Amino acid sequence: MLDYVTGYLSSNVTPGQAGNWVWALIYILLIFLGISLAVMGMVWLERKILAHMQIRLGPMRVGPHGLLQPIADSLKLLLKEDIIPENADKVVFWLAPLMVVIAAFTVFIVIPFGPTHAVTDMNIGILFMLGVSSLGVLGIIMAGWASNSHYPLMGSLRSSAQMVSYEIAMGLAVVSAVLMTSFNAGGSGTLSMIGIVQAQAAQHTWFAFKFFPLGLVALFVFAVAMVAETNRAPFDLPEAESELVAGFHTEYSGFRWSLFFLAEYTAMLAVSSIAVTLWLGGWMRPFPSWHGPAITIPNFWEHAAPLGAVDFAFSLVPAVCFFVLAAFAFIGTLRMPKHPLMKIQKGGLGALALVLAGIGLVLLIPPVRDRIQDIFWFVAKVAVFMYLYIWYRGTFPRYRFDQLMKLGWKVMLPMGLGVLIATAVVGVLV
Amino acid sequence: MPQNYVPIFLFMGVAFAIPAVTLVLFKLVRPENPHKTKLMPYECGITPLDDARGRYTVRFYIVAILFVVFDVETIFLLPWAVRFRWLGKFGLLEMGIFLGILIVGYIWIWKKGALEWV
Repeated sequence: MLDYVTGYLSSNVTPGQAGNWVWALIYILLIFLGISLAVMGMVWLERKILAHMQIRLGPMRVGPHGLLQPIADSLKLLLKEDIIPENADKVVFWLAPLMVVIAAFTVFIVIPFGPTHAVTDMNIGILFMLGVSSLGVLGIIMAGWASNSHYPLMGSLRSSAQMVSYEIAMGLAVVSAVLMTSFNAGGSGTLSMIGIVQAQAAQHTWFAFKFFPLGLVALFVFAVAMVAETNRAPFDLPEAESELVAGFHTEYSGFRWSLFFLAEYTAMLAVSSIAVTLWLGGWMRPFPSWHGPAITIPNFWEHAAPLGAVDFAFSLVPAVCFFVLAAFAFIGTLRMPKHPLMKIQKGGLGALALVLAGIGLVLLIPPVRDRIQDIFWFVAKVAVFMYLYIWYRGTFPRYRFDQLMKLGWKVMLPMGLGVLIATAVVGVLV
Repeated sequence: MPQNYVPIFLFMGVAFAIPAVTLVLFKLVRPENPHKTKLMPYECGITPLDDARGRYTVRFYIVAILFVVFDVETIFLLPWAVRFRWLGKFGLLEMGIFLGILIVGYIWIWKKGALEWV
C-alpha cells in the first residue's frame, strides 16, 4: 500500500493523464476539502483584516480571537429555515446555486498546484477555464429569474452585464500571455496550464516581467477584470446593499445562500490561481534558476544528494512560515486577559500554536519538504491576491453602474487590445 | 488524449453531489414553518404589485450582443497566439487585418453611442 502511494507520488504524470480514476477522485476530494477550509479561513481573515483596517477588533467571542466564527456561521446556516418564495420557479430556484457552485469549482480541475499536482492536464486548459468560469453567469441569471422578485432580477441582470463586459478584457489579457508561451525553442506555444508554467521555467522569467512593461500591463488588465468577474468591491454592484438589498440572492436563505457565498469565494480563489499560473510562475519559487553554491545536506532518509544553497534555503521557507504563525499564536496566548473565564480560550489558542509548530516540524522532514514546496509557493502567491481582494474592499468606494460599464468597455477593452498588439509586434521584432 | 477529459465529469459529479446531498440531508434538522407573508417576494415590506418578470431596459441586450462579437474574436485569436512564433510576420499581418476590421467596428459602435450607459 505504502509502496503504491510513494510509487504514485514519485511518478511524473497527473492522475488524468495516467488514467487513474481512483487517484483523480482522491485529488478531487482533497481539492474540495482544501477549498472549503480556505474559504472558512478567508471569511475569518476578511472580517479580521477589514476590522483592523477600520480600527475595530472584529470577531472576538467565538473561540480565541474569533477563530471558530466561520464554523459557528456555517452551522447556523445549515440549521436555518430554507424559504422558497411562493411565485418562484421551484426547479430553477433549486438548480441555480448548484449551477454556480459547479461553475466555480470545476475551474480547479486544470489548475496545477505543482508539476504533477493537478487533477488533469488538458491541452486546451486555459480555454476550458474561460468557458467554465463563464457558466457562472448562467447560474446567476437563473437565480435572479427564478426568484420572481424585482431586486434579484435587477441584480442578476446587472451582474451578468458586468461579468460579460469584463470577460472580454480578461480574454484579451489571457491571449497575450498565451502568445508569450510560443517563445520556446520549438516556436510552438501551449494552452495547457502545466505547459504555461513550464514555458515560464524554460524562458527563465515570469510572464509578468517579460517584455517589460507589457507583461505587467496584461496582468493589471486581468487583475482588474477578475475583481469585476467575481462581483467584489469596488465592483460589487450586483450586491450593492444600499440599492438592491442583496442582488441576485435576495430571496435565498440558509444553506442555499451559503452555496452562493461559497461559490463567490471559490471563484475568487480560482481566478487568482489563474493569474498566478499565467503571469507569476505558478508553482515556481522566486528566482527559480538561481541555485547558489552546491552543498551537501546529510539526508537520513535517502542518500545524501548535493543541492544548491539557495535551493535549500528556499525549501525551508514553508516550515519557517508555520513557525512564525505559531509564534504569533503563542504571543497571543500570553497577551490574553488573565481572567478565569478566558481559560478555555487561552488553552485553545495555545493548542493552535502547538499544532502550527507541529506542522512546521513535519514540513522539515526531507521527503515532505521536497514535495510540499510547489504547493506552498502556489498557495502563497494566491494568498497575496486574496489579501488584495480584502484590501480593495477596505479601501475603494463602490463604482456607479455607468462608470463601471464605461471602465469595462472604454478603458479595459482598448487596453487589453493594445497590450496584445504591442506584445505581438515586439514579439515579431525580437 | 481522451482520458485527460474523463476527470471533468468526475469533478462535476462530485461538485453537484456534495451540495445537493447536504441540502437534502439537512432537511431532517432544519425547521419548516411556511407562512403566507414569509413566502412573499421581498420588497422592503411592501406588498408586491406585479410580477417581476416584466420588461427591462434594452441596454442589457446591446451589451449581450457586443459580448458575443468580441468573445468570438478572442477565441479566434487563441490558435494564432499558440502558433505565433511559427507564423511570424505573415501571421501578424493576417491578424492585423482581422483585428483592424474589428477595431473599425469598435470605433463605429463607440461613435454610435452603443457603449454609453445613460
